[in-house]
Amino acid sequence: MITLTDVQKDYSSSVQIGPVTTEIEAGGITALVGPNGAGKSTILTMIGRLLDLDSGQITVAGHDVVNTPSKAIARVLSVLRQENHFVTRLTVRQLVSFGRYPHSRGRLTLGDERYISEAIDFLNLTDLENRYLDQLSGGQRQRAYVAMVLAQQTDYVLLDEPLNNLDMQHAVQMMKQLRRAADELGRTIVIVLHDINFAAHYSDKILAMKNGKVVQHGTPAEMMQDHVLSEIFNTDVTVIDGPNGRLAVYY
Amino acid sequence: MFKTAEELPDPRHSGPLTDRKHRRAYIVAVALMVALSVSFTAGILLWNNPTEPFSDGWWLIVGMRRDSLLTICLVALCHAVATIAFQTAVNNRIITPGIMGFGSLYTLIQTGTVFLFGAAGVNALVGVGPFFAQTIAMMLLATLLYTWLLSGKFSNVHIMLLVGVVLGGTLGSLSNFMQRLLEPSTFDVLTARLFGNISNARTEYLPYAIPIALAVAVVFWLWAPRLNVMALGRTTAQNLGLNHNVELIKILALVSVLISLATALVGPMMFLGFLCAMLAYQFGDTYSHRLLFPLGVLAGYTVLSGSYFILRHVWDAGGAVTVIVELIGGVVFLYFILRKGRL
Repeated sequence: MITLTDVQKDYSSSVQIGPVTTEIEAGGITALVGPNGAGKSTILTMIGRLLDLDSGQITVAGHDVVNTPSKAIARVLSVLRQENHFVTRLTVRQLVSFGRYPHSRGRLTLGDERYISEAIDFLNLTDLENRYLDQLSGGQRQRAYVAMVLAQQTDYVLLDEPLNNLDMQHAVQMMKQLRRAADELGRTIVIVLHDINFAAHYSDKILAMKNGKVVQHGTPAEMMQDHVLSEIFNTDVTVIDGPNGRLAVYY
Repeated sequence: MFKTAEELPDPRHSGPLTDRKHRRAYIVAVALMVALSVSFTAGILLWNNPTEPFSDGWWLIVGMRRDSLLTICLVALCHAVATIAFQTAVNNRIITPGIMGFGSLYTLIQTGTVFLFGAAGVNALVGVGPFFAQTIAMMLLATLLYTWLLSGKFSNVHIMLLVGVVLGGTLGSLSNFMQRLLEPSTFDVLTARLFGNISNARTEYLPYAIPIALAVAVVFWLWAPRLNVMALGRTTAQNLGLNHNVELIKILALVSVLISLATALVGPMMFLGFLCAMLAYQFGDTYSHRLLFPLGVLAGYTVLSGSYFILRHVWDAGGAVTVIVELIGGVVFLYFILRKGRL
């Protein structure tokens, strides 16, 4: 379980995120949604201890993310940001093998190699594993990054807008693979999403933010209501019944 | 489409060298540079020795040349390892410690002493004590500067770079100002000291400098897995459990030790490290620092000993070695910047 208590980040006197107090339960996919600047990525990166909190406390599975050594956190929680740029040329397999660093400290055992292979196979990258990242398309590269955090074998996986720059086909594939990671591998996935329909269809819980505060937290069924969504996104939203569930229409 | 076991490069392993072809390329690069270094070494030691082989005079000359070789070795080690580690830490393969104002700091210390104490000040800088004082001064200032830059709100490589360049410029003009006020004869003595010179290196420091440089190199070797992770950038390194700021400061402190040693020995060199690192990346094409460091050091040794051999023994212009190496390094640097179009 991820617990946030009075978490706050002040960017300036007028722009502040929080205080946020909420709980994200273990298991399944929780989607963070909300308009631009609502603080979704800020909250996610603070949980992933990539950004310092100005006040409050965050615990992940009982570990305080600020006080627990980074090494120990890296075995419990992994986090992937949007932009990833490496100066070194890496193959897919080399990149994924870095996911084992918190466990192996750079010395890969046979067990590590097996986890690496599993993560690569899980994301259908088997044929591409010896390709260099700069020889891949954006969608394939995104999958390679996700394979790295899956190889880290952490119970909690935080992803910041993994669907960014992905086309329809790759976005759907990515969400299906994350769904499988949650169901088959038992990972708790927290994900920042822009598309409310993706969030409704693939996640178990939706946490909606607006102006730095959590405004709604519930199941997709509770969230997919005209008045709820209209208020979160400051736009008139109509929810209709689609062939695979409720759909938000906003254009 | 099925692949037979033979076509697959040792099936499903992770390692810094991807397949047999890559491994072969790496070994060929090492072998080539070893061969070149050995021949240049032999050339420097034996070529053009006018005395009778194995006589006392012959051994004397060989001994003097051996000191030059040790200096070359040390300078190559310091610049190559320091630059590769530095570029990994700041996640940028263009900038080097030289660009961050190290050379200017050295020049300022030298000029300041001469300015304050006159030509006698030049002699005050000779000796083991002053050598250590200089090294420690440079190390402290560099570490303080980086710590300050990285702990506050400027935790950003571009601002750090800008401050480094401006600081280099400021220190440089301070030296320049003092140099204007010097007497011509004192200025002449100072200039002779400021130009990096391998034939004229202060070899009396070697017994202290070599163990320190080796110790630092060993530490970097042990840290290699961590450096590999640091090369992935701040967020990825943090995700994998490294405390990025702490690691950064540790690496930069050790880098400043190496650069200080090399600078105190032969004077500032801006582009040698860049040349070593670039050659290592080109020939190695790998993330592994345990593979990059040896390549970089070998490349540095080959370039330095090659130019030293040709310039000193063939063209009889030993003093110009560092100038020529810097010229080559500078041209390569410009070429890479122009080709890449960004920092």
